[in-house]
Amino acid sequence: MAGELSFEQPLIELQQKINELKQFSQEKDIDFSEEIVRLEERYKKLEENLYKELSASEVMQMARHAMRPTSLAYIHEILDSFIELHGDRLYGDDLAIVGGIGKVNGIPVTVVGHQKGKDTKDNIARNFGMPHPEGFRKALRLMEQANKFGRPIITFIDTPGGYPGGAAEERGQAEAIAKNLMEMAGFRVPIISIVIGEGGSGGALALGVANKVLMLEHSIYSVISPNGAASILWKDANKADEAAEAMKITARDLHELKVIDGIIPEVLGGAHRDVKEQASYMKKEILHHLTELMQQSEEEIIQGRYMKFRNIGEFMFISDEETQQS
Amino acid sequence: MLKDFFQKKRKYATIPSEQAKKDIPEGIMTKCVKCGTIQLSKDLEKNLKVCTSCGYHFKLSARERVALTLDDGRLFEYDHDMVSKDPLQFPFYEEKLIKQMEKSGLNDAVVTGEGTINGYPVVIAVMSYDFFSGSMGSVVGEKITRAIEKATQKKYPLLIFSTSGGARMQESILSLMQMAKTSAALKKFHNEEGLFISMCTDPTLGGVSASFAMLGDINLAEPGAIVGFTGRIVIEQTIRQKLPSNFQTAESTMKHGQLDKVVQRSELRDVLTQIIEIHADKKVSS
Repeated sequence: MAGELSFEQPLIELQQKINELKQFSQEKDIDFSEEIVRLEERYKKLEENLYKELSASEVMQMARHAMRPTSLAYIHEILDSFIELHGDRLYGDDLAIVGGIGKVNGIPVTVVGHQKGKDTKDNIARNFGMPHPEGFRKALRLMEQANKFGRPIITFIDTPGGYPGGAAEERGQAEAIAKNLMEMAGFRVPIISIVIGEGGSGGALALGVANKVLMLEHSIYSVISPNGAASILWKDANKADEAAEAMKITARDLHELKVIDGIIPEVLGGAHRDVKEQASYMKKEILHHLTELMQQSEEEIIQGRYMKFRNIGEFMFISDEETQQS
Repeated sequence: MLKDFFQKKRKYATIPSEQAKKDIPEGIMTKCVKCGTIQLSKDLEKNLKVCTSCGYHFKLSARERVALTLDDGRLFEYDHDMVSKDPLQFPFYEEKLIKQMEKSGLNDAVVTGEGTINGYPVVIAVMSYDFFSGSMGSVVGEKITRAIEKATQKKYPLLIFSTSGGARMQESILSLMQMAKTSAALKKFHNEEGLFISMCTDPTLGGVSASFAMLGDINLAEPGAIVGFTGRIVIEQTIRQKLPSNFQTAESTMKHGQLDKVVQRSELRDVLTQIIEIHADKKVSS
């Protein structure tokens, strides 16, 4: 194992114990096989339970894991072929968002996703997956192209949020995000979005106005980072764990709130343990939803997407106590 | 002696007398938050709450804005009794909602409805910063969306006055999704060739600017209004960037191509009338 997280400590300790026992039994030529089998069973059980019952802040650690597979990793696994396309034709090419065209099981698609770096150097080039307006505009250009040619769109969401900087503001960060939301709502082609890690705020939603919104099991989606919420609400960024719980940011929470359409299970221990296997789960889901959506008329695609978002929100009326919810 | 010095100093401390307090009733004078000029509140009101000295545009509540914008200040209000729930049982949200209602006299951060401007009917939505910093939760998203749908249906021009610190954190993901909901409704409105005038007032930030506020056919702003996505403090704290003093002001945001026009409060009704008139032959059926 590599890149262990603090809550995985019990597993690591148990693994060490097993290793020690194995070594000891070899060195001293004493038969501990029964104990070893027992411990390995315990390990398996512990592992299964551990990842099933992660707290929100633990899921957050998984979602932000340094080794978490990125959009490009999944693109290469899921697509038969892929040509990356660059630039927004207006200002530049933002490497925090990648996109291009290719095929999934022979079906032509356009894919767009936030792109975090594989290492520090890559992360700096990709601005840690935080797009500037030109990133969102590149995404929009590619999605409009897909809409023109009638190709379904697949988006991968993985960003802490739009970049908080002066230049991003001056080039119209708000307008760039807003435009994506509005235009995605009108596309006649099916859109499938998968939150693969961190779905941070408007910068995430800018790729997320889809017919089907899915989340990987250990990913998060929130209006503001738990750290940000804690510092604004309680003037204490150290209360991020508390905020993470209160804000309901995990895939399971969002599914219960009916904001997302499904959860894609992760390989035991997290997607980074086996990218190929993880990608195969995702490909299966993508194909399932694609075939279903591709049978719908353009009108049904547009209206279905519209109603999905139209119905989100909880409110009531004080006069007659009429209540509505998503 | 040192001790005497302090005692002496204490003698000089002035405590406003009860008499003085009585002579100046509360609120008769107002100090401009920008230039510090103290002026008669009455004069300030007469000047549409624009500082008589420096032209600073004071924040207006939704009710004040309606009164200044619509003919005779008359609004046929929609969904007046819609209020927030606490869908996530977020710590202290209910208590805060009650406090905000008491403070502002509003049921949430936006007032919607229809009225006329120089005889032209419009659907109008006016956000109020004095309710929860104008944050957008389910109620704001729903009321704005319903207003957009009404405007689509009636083929009236749509006018939205925005002011917001961003999304309402206490409703978490549901707040975020209001951005998609309102923007999707605007897509339909634009498809029907509806006219949307977006008016950004101080401040228009976060989830509101990154959805409907930036999607006008014509985006206007009040002088000095802060218009942007991420606010100055967050940028400064997160990336330690030094920002110019005029950062995100309407004038600077316009210079960077994000707004069509900065409009003085005193001229707004005229400008709105002109814009609506130009589009009138097509869409307004009064």
